[in-house]
Amino acid sequence: MTAPTDQELIGFVLHEARLIDQHRFEEWLDLFADDGFYWMPLEWGQTDPRLATSLMYEDKLLLRIRVERLKSNRTFSQKPKSRCHHVLQVPQIDKRDEAANEYVTWTPMHYVETRLDEQDLYAAWATHTLTTVDGTLKIKLKRVDLVNCDAALRSIQLFL
Amino acid sequence: MGQYHGNAAAVRDLVRETKVHRDVYVDQEIFDLEMEHLFANTWIYVGHDSQVPSPGDYFGTSIGKQPVLLVRHTDGEVYVLYNRCPHKGTRITIDTCGNAGKFFRCPYHAWSFKTDGSLLAIPLRKGYEHTGLEESEAYKGIPRVRHVKNYRGFVFAKMSDVGPDFDDYFGESLSSIDNMVDRSPAGRLEVAGAPLRHTFNCNWKMLVENLTDTCHPMVAHESSAGTAVEVWKKMFPGANKKPPAVEIFAPFMSSYEAFEKMGIRVWRNGHGHTGVHHSIHSDYSSVPGYFEKMVAAYGEARAKAILDESRHNTSYFPNFTIKGPIQAIRLFKPIAPNRTLAESWTFRLVEAPEQLLERTITYSRLINAPTSVVAHDDLEMYERAQEGLLVDANPWVNIQRLYDPAEMEQETAVVNGTSEWQMRNQFRAWSKFMTMSL
Repeated sequence: MTAPTDQELIGFVLHEARLIDQHRFEEWLDLFADDGFYWMPLEWGQTDPRLATSLMYEDKLLLRIRVERLKSNRTFSQKPKSRCHHVLQVPQIDKRDEAANEYVTWTPMHYVETRLDEQDLYAAWATHTLTTVDGTLKIKLKRVDLVNCDAALRSIQLFL
Repeated sequence: MGQYHGNAAAVRDLVRETKVHRDVYVDQEIFDLEMEHLFANTWIYVGHDSQVPSPGDYFGTSIGKQPVLLVRHTDGEVYVLYNRCPHKGTRITIDTCGNAGKFFRCPYHAWSFKTDGSLLAIPLRKGYEHTGLEESEAYKGIPRVRHVKNYRGFVFAKMSDVGPDFDDYFGESLSSIDNMVDRSPAGRLEVAGAPLRHTFNCNWKMLVENLTDTCHPMVAHESSAGTAVEVWKKMFPGANKKPPAVEIFAPFMSSYEAFEKMGIRVWRNGHGHTGVHHSIHSDYSSVPGYFEKMVAAYGEARAKAILDESRHNTSYFPNFTIKGPIQAIRLFKPIAPNRTLAESWTFRLVEAPEQLLERTITYSRLINAPTSVVAHDDLEMYERAQEGLLVDANPWVNIQRLYDPAEMEQETAVVNGTSEWQMRNQFRAWSKFMTMSL
């Protein structure tokens, strides 16, 4: 495949958020490379996901566990189910490295998660590190920095 | 003033041999009395001395609802100060931690204080001449919590003069802290990074009780731990060695029988632990090089004895719990009758391989984060209970499992791991420390 255009990178990020909002989690998981990670740091400006605590640092196995759990009949915290809603700024292309097959986008966003009578609003920046695998764009790393990452939080059950 | 203020008999009546009245969880007056009496008469965990290594270092937290500062003074001692200026009440610091230098300076009127709280200077002091300032509360400086004990790095404080001294209060239960610290070849722990902070719309005691509730994991966590095992088997058919995350999730699905055999130990004053003989932390894979370091530090027999002890959750009454084998602690901070902040802190074992810290961090992230599926399972149950307890038709919560009237005479015991004795033990201590100054 020829290198993805800027518009394709932007479209990918917007589509990813839409899949979450529409609970199309199987399609969403397919967007991750086999060795892809989803990372939500706990500390402001955190650089290490391994020896410093994070809110999430999940490989495909852990993400798959979350997606399967959302479907389970005995997942009581999802009865009734949560809903969510993303509002994204237009993703900005921070890096295009065609030789290394790596593309980085940066996307400020607001995210709402709601269940029963409770609705929580989060502000965050999503940093996508993307690559092409067999001609298709995939996520190597999706990093989500909450503006209030170190605050006392309520449960976040879906995905920013 | 309601029905409980100044009425020790009414408070005692809430705790029966095998049940407790819902007011202990939902009533505002009881909550206020807990803050005034229970959290004053007991030893409350404040922080770890590795958070304030150098003179002038401070760490801000709370005891009950009162803001306090853990401070390292110039003499090397650790003090706990109430975080208010003696002048107008302004909190001296708002940030969680920092270094005050040689003194605290109130940002409102620049009164300054040594790091032991004593008054250092007041601007334009002559305005207080002949006013009798020396006789005022303000002149005494930042008030200090009177009773403080640094036990192997863990700093506890007791606000009131009522209640037992430190050793009497904790007794043999300190063996769980000992075991966690001994797991470092250097015999030292260090706080590793920021805490996970998760807000629950339920009473703080529900979180404490849950940690010795061994009949809920296979039910409430089937959705998370059960799914984890299933997904792993499907994605990696025939694999033997579980990846670290599955190694952490899987034991939550242990059978009733397994939890029965793990055992529970109860101690005086409401302390106790699960996992006497074996625990959900027993079967983690070994970390290369760690045992050798432990043997070098302690000798083989002692090293084995330390590592064979695999206590699950130790509850230090009232609101502090630790997991020795994975060096994680949780503190349940009361905010309101129906609101609690759970803080989860992780520790580094000084001079141990970093894979142990990685495991601790993985555990806390997977089990105790606001984003953790296991925490989601638990929160759902506590919050449903907080709502269900508003039903007037039955105001009682049952804690009867494996009750034996003989236990009323017994302070320490090792029993079947599914016993609710530790919950009863906590409530008997609750009744005692609530009413001793009421």
